[in-house]
Amino acid sequence: MSVIDQMKGLTFLDRPNSYIGRSVPRPNAKRLVQGRGTYVDDLRMPRLAHVAFLRSPYAHARIRGLATSAAKAAPGVIMVATGADIAKVCTPWVGVLTHFKGLKSAPQYAVAIERACWAGEAICAVVANSRAEAEDAIALIEADLEPLPVTVDMETALDPGTPIIHAELGDNLAFERTLDVGDVDGAFRDAAAVVENTFSVGRHTGVTLEPRSIIADWNEGEEKLTVYHSFQAPHMMQDIVCKHLGLPEASVRVVCKDVGGSFGIKVHIYPDEMATVALAKILKRPVKFIADRLESFVSDIHARDHRVKAKMAVSAEGEILAIEMDDLTGIGPYSVYPRTSAVEANQVVNLTGGPYKHQNYRARARVVFQNKVPMCQYRAVGHPIAVMVTEGLVDQAAAAIGMDPAEIRRRNVIRDDAHPSIAASGIKFEKLSHQQSLEKLLTMMDYDGLRKEQAELRAKGIYRGIGLAAFIEITNPSAAFYGVGGARISAQDGCTLRLNPQGGVIAAIGVTEQGQGTESVIAQVVATAVGVPMSDVRVVTGDTDATPYGGGTWACRAAGIGGEAAWQSGKALRANILEVAAVILQSTPDALDVREGKIVDKATGVERMTLAELGRVAYFRPDTLPADLKPEFVVTRHYVPKDYPFAFTNGMQASYLEVDTDTGFVKLLKHWCVEDCGTVLNPQLVDEQIRGGIVQGIGAALFEHCRYDSQGQMLNGSMADYLVPMSSEMPDMEVGHVVTPTASSELGAKGAGEAGTAGAPAAVINAINDALRPFNAHVSVQPARPEEILRALGKV
Amino acid sequence: MTPAAETHTISLIVNGERVTRAVAARMHLVDFLREQLDLTGSHLGCEHGVCGACTVQVDGIAVRGCLMLAVQADGATVVTIEGLTDSGVLADVQEAFLQRNALQCGFCTPGMLTTIAELLTVDPDPSRDTIRDAISGNYCRCTGYHAIVDAVQNVVVARRTKEAAE
Ligand code: FES
Ligand code: FES
Repeated sequence: MSVIDQMKGLTFLDRPNSYIGRSVPRPNAKRLVQGRGTYVDDLRMPRLAHVAFLRSPYAHARIRGLATSAAKAAPGVIMVATGADIAKVCTPWVGVLTHFKGLKSAPQYAVAIERACWAGEAICAVVANSRAEAEDAIALIEADLEPLPVTVDMETALDPGTPIIHAELGDNLAFERTLDVGDVDGAFRDAAAVVENTFSVGRHTGVTLEPRSIIADWNEGEEKLTVYHSFQAPHMMQDIVCKHLGLPEASVRVVCKDVGGSFGIKVHIYPDEMATVALAKILKRPVKFIADRLESFVSDIHARDHRVKAKMAVSAEGEILAIEMDDLTGIGPYSVYPRTSAVEANQVVNLTGGPYKHQNYRARARVVFQNKVPMCQYRAVGHPIAVMVTEGLVDQAAAAIGMDPAEIRRRNVIRDDAHPSIAASGIKFEKLSHQQSLEKLLTMMDYDGLRKEQAELRAKGIYRGIGLAAFIEITNPSAAFYGVGGARISAQDGCTLRLNPQGGVIAAIGVTEQGQGTESVIAQVVATAVGVPMSDVRVVTGDTDATPYGGGTWACRAAGIGGEAAWQSGKALRANILEVAAVILQSTPDALDVREGKIVDKATGVERMTLAELGRVAYFRPDTLPADLKPEFVVTRHYVPKDYPFAFTNGMQASYLEVDTDTGFVKLLKHWCVEDCGTVLNPQLVDEQIRGGIVQGIGAALFEHCRYDSQGQMLNGSMADYLVPMSSEMPDMEVGHVVTPTASSELGAKGAGEAGTAGAPAAVINAINDALRPFNAHVSVQPARPEEILRALGKV
Repeated sequence: MTPAAETHTISLIVNGERVTRAVAARMHLVDFLREQLDLTGSHLGCEHGVCGACTVQVDGIAVRGCLMLAVQADGATVVTIEGLTDSGVLADVQEAFLQRNALQCGFCTPGMLTTIAELLTVDPDPSRDTIRDAISGNYCRCTGYHAIVDAVQNVVVARRTKEAAE
């Protein structure tokens, strides 16, 4: 690139002193390491009341009556509210969207009125001066509950004779999707080998370390409801509160300060949180609800819970000819509002087989109701299931025809030069890099060396396994995700920038921060686009009164969509700055640039004036400027992806582990991931998103499971009994990148937050099966607890 | 008087300041610190002794603030993340966390740092495995732990280099 081109400053690559692509530390993390963050429970406010909920002990029960007089008389109690009391101010909702044809669900109330449909559903609320007093009073409520027949097992949920949870819906089928592409039967008929399996991916849940938290405050004098919420999508919450409490938009403000982990858990509408909002409205004072950990396990959404029967046809040369799969998933008694619980199964259909060239594909997904905790979207929605099914079958196919697992993938991934392309399921890829990713991964891990080590150790009775998994990931969703189905969830995001008199920039943006580093990335982009030091940029997120309208942070949209809005806004502010500076300096905007907080001569870089001086003149001495010059130092730009419904990313993961064949214990030795999220705005932040995601995926593969008995009782709903990954059992993880920017934005960034979770379980399970190969043993159940491995080995 | 209403007066030193308060007999130490002293840096992730988010120092030892009653801290010396920050004993570890991005949401971080402070007092030169073992009682849902282990290792190396130079 010539010096002249660089001077034009057309793309971020040309900007001098660019922060883009640098691992700068997060400016807002400092308060967190000092214990000076502001999570919802840290807020202090006058007249704060606390709510606790009585939750149904039965998975299905009719509420015949609630005797509340003792609770009402208990010390500190302000109000005891039943479902009917809350329903007077908060209307029920139904979690359906029109683009999921046939999806049905029943009206759900903030607090159950006639029936409780899962063990843990709130059936009565007590507001008191302290949480402890509210809980004391809860214990005094006498609930007259009539247990009803339960539907627990998703396998039998559709059988005749199984109790129908919502009689008015006619059956327990919430949603079904089928797909039949190409000549599947012909492909299976002509195949050299057909492999099949039933994969089971257990229910698990998010366990955000900060539990769900909300404080709602109705100020009657201002007619304003302020909701402080540990949440990912403040504008969505605002819209829903307006709708169900009958308030105008101007009367509802949602503020999300520090959020202690989200992972898709904190993006749904929870009945107990809506009840808290309603109680604040009724009581005209702030009311706080912090889920305690025990109630988190039975009220946070659960995830996954899939049983997939699948088969794959391959030729003798290892070419994948066709995939057929049948997914069954249980979602609890309601489709969750407003995103619905059909999305995950739909994604499994879309994504299965996605990295590969085959064009024969048949799929069916059925989503059924059951009396368990509601299930909905959690990090990497549907991806880990689709990847497990695909990559599990690929390994089985390789074994069936005697081919190396790396080689069969090499032969089947969509070629890097074949894009744009359309997968068998119909999803569109702008540009992927499977070939580069695979080769890079194999080099990084020294695949051949590991195979050699594996063989040597095997001879000594040590069983190690190598597991590979290719994945694709949906990021940067357009309105195709939710908007087209009628959900009022913003697909676009805006960024407003303001130049202050001292030369600092305030950036207000609709995407939000839950620890991913959103604010840092936005500051990097703004600093680069405008031409100021990053320390001069303040980022404001998570306040519906203060930021442009936006969707928040989910489905890996913060960097790709928020970042682009910030980039466009930054360029516009720089143009406005240069216009004013040119007049003051008797130059032209083209001949000037903004660098490191100073107006400089573009060609020579010589300083002409500081931004602080420009700010001084524009704000305090506008009388010295020509009458027709109107400095606009506040600008807003919006961005929404339009070319493609989603920006797909891709990558490849590998796991290396050792199985103790006497105990069934798995020791993770190392994990690798090569990932292509387009332009990398901050390499360290991306790598840590990947690593964190991998560990959540490992949790799903080996430990995490919401276990239920036949009556729909969750058996391990405490942190002591529900296992999450601990540091001592986690491996070191090496992360590499291939960079294929998306052409739909100038920055070219795609998302990276879910890739780790998407591919890790399949890599780990494939590695376990690789280790078990000498025993002809195979696990396809997640979590693959020691017991499952011993069962596969025929030892229990 | 109901048992729930029973109170006791306790006197202790918190982050170097003597405090005397009446507390409910059933109140946990971490709730006392958060609710009565507004020291909100200690967090509650489980309230049943598993996650480590509530870890504070009592008489120099890292303990779970959700497993100890406030009345048990009568006469004790308690240091929270706010105190560890102000005294500067953890400054290099905190800086290493920032540089290495060893935190995401930050909810586990105060407890994690308190545990690490204890580790580095007991073992100034821990191996990667020792670090992993030491923080195993502190859950982090965001980072995957790798960066935390890196950050502690970076501190260990930096402290050693500094010592050698002195
Ligand atoms: S809150 Fe004390 S260990 Fe979890
Ligand atoms: S940084 Fe979120 S739990 Fe550790």
